[in-house]
Amino acid sequence: MEVPILKQGRFLIATIQAALSDADLLHLRRALIDKVIQFRSQGVIVDVTALDVMDSFATRTIRDITNMIRLRGADTVIVGIQPEVAFAMVQLGLTMEGVATALDLEEGLAHLQQRAAGKI
Amino acid sequence: MLQDIVVAIRSDADIVLARQQGRALAATIGFTATDATLIATAISELARNIVSYAGQGEVMMRGVESAQAKGMLICARDSGPGIRSIDDVLRDGYSTSGGLGLGLPGVRRLMDEFAIDSELRRGTVVTVRKWLK
Amino acid sequence: MSSKRSANQTQRTAAQSTELLQELVAHLRQNRTQLREEWANRITEAQLLTAMTKEELFAEATSVYDNYVEALATGTFEALQAYARNLSERIIPRGVETHEVVGIVLLLRDVLARSLFAKYQGDFTMLNRILDAYEPAANRIANTVAVGFVQERERVIRQQQEAIRELSTPVLQVRERLLILPIIGVIDAQRARQLTEQLLRGIRTNRAKVVVIDITGVAAMDATVANHLVQTVEASRLLGATVVVTGLSPEIAQTIVTIGVDLGKMNTVGDLQGGIEQAERLLGYKVVPVADSAST
Repeated sequence: MEVPILKQGRFLIATIQAALSDADLLHLRRALIDKVIQFRSQGVIVDVTALDVMDSFATRTIRDITNMIRLRGADTVIVGIQPEVAFAMVQLGLTMEGVATALDLEEGLAHLQQRAAGKI
Repeated sequence: MLQDIVVAIRSDADIVLARQQGRALAATIGFTATDATLIATAISELARNIVSYAGQGEVMMRGVESAQAKGMLICARDSGPGIRSIDDVLRDGYSTSGGLGLGLPGVRRLMDEFAIDSELRRGTVVTVRKWLK
Repeated sequence: MSSKRSANQTQRTAAQSTELLQELVAHLRQNRTQLREEWANRITEAQLLTAMTKEELFAEATSVYDNYVEALATGTFEALQAYARNLSERIIPRGVETHEVVGIVLLLRDVLARSLFAKYQGDFTMLNRILDAYEPAANRIANTVAVGFVQERERVIRQQQEAIRELSTPVLQVRERLLILPIIGVIDAQRARQLTEQLLRGIRTNRAKVVVIDITGVAAMDATVANHLVQTVEASRLLGATVVVTGLSPEIAQTIVTIGVDLGKMNTVGDLQGGIEQAERLLGYKVVPVADSAST
């Protein structure tokens, strides 16, 4: 299943659906890098509002995405982690250190704008 | 009523299927949304271990009842290479979330009961239970 | 030699007992309609299960009767246990009390015993033997049903207590995007978990960016609960909120360090007031000390 990636000005927004397989996640990682390069985006929002489970693979891959996008000089922020999912993640020991998180799309955009402003 | 659900695990797509089934079963048993998520997450980790280390196996789940309460049983088994040192994989910090760890200490934290049986070259069985509170 | 004989005797007695129970079960099934009605009448007479209508009472009576006889027939009680829990789940919300449930089961036991008296009154020996087989089984059934009911009641009460606890630990929104969670008293792992869930939901609902968790009122914390606190801080961050912990006593600080957490990574402030000021600063509010503004 393909994850839709929308361009919003200088940022990209990837909206994840619930039934996301490992292969889909890896595909997303590839697609995001390609698009960041293509559009010279300054930031990426990965919206996981619909994701009902975040396990070790998802966490690892999201960290990879963040790091790879940083190599292109752009920031990543993960938004929409559900309360139950956050709870399960910390119990499992997945804290996603080094990855920026925000409550929702609005907060995510504000975060990216702040970061972009700070760089100028 | 108390029937087994068995999901064959052969590829990463099956991981998603297993956890969706797990969540659905958890909901029918009466678990809260939070607990259903914990269960689905544990299933995801267990199923993933099967794919990563054994190539294939199965996840079985069913509702269970004891004299005191209702709950859910999940059994993840494979005929893979087995685990050399169970003590190692159960030690916290052995598998950091960044590595290719088995995440078993985490799964144990998520569940109420946890048991693991493994034999080199024979396979591994992980059995976990969670009870309604 | 004699032990072998008594072993055989025990075997024979057990076999006889089963045979007798089967005869008993056949009798109870044959006379089902009449015995069930008699029982239902006795229940009404004793003014039990008044919360139910006649139809409901009859329907439940039928299920209980059938499950009762089934338990006698199979000698196993798992099905009965499950039924008892099921039944309890249904009738507890209707206001049925423990003494009523125990009462109706004992009434059934008596109704059935009396019908046995009636049937075997001509054969005293046989009556004795049948009662010997019946009594232990009947008592076990009464016990199973009563215990099942009581356990279900306890579960309901626990749930209600938790609901009350939840109401009594409000997550307070004091300013836009700022939540305060004052924790008072003793926390066990269960309550800590509940607080975490409440807080995370609160962060989402109130779109909070900063949370102040005040533990001034918490005397002591064991490693498990301290772990929960740390997990709460981490989980809140995943929802985009920063947590400030206030009122950390030296003992609790020690516990946290002992479980391997770097206190330096946690945002801690001495008291609640200081914590709120810190939070406001994080939110971008200008903090003006009251004394200064008064003097201007």
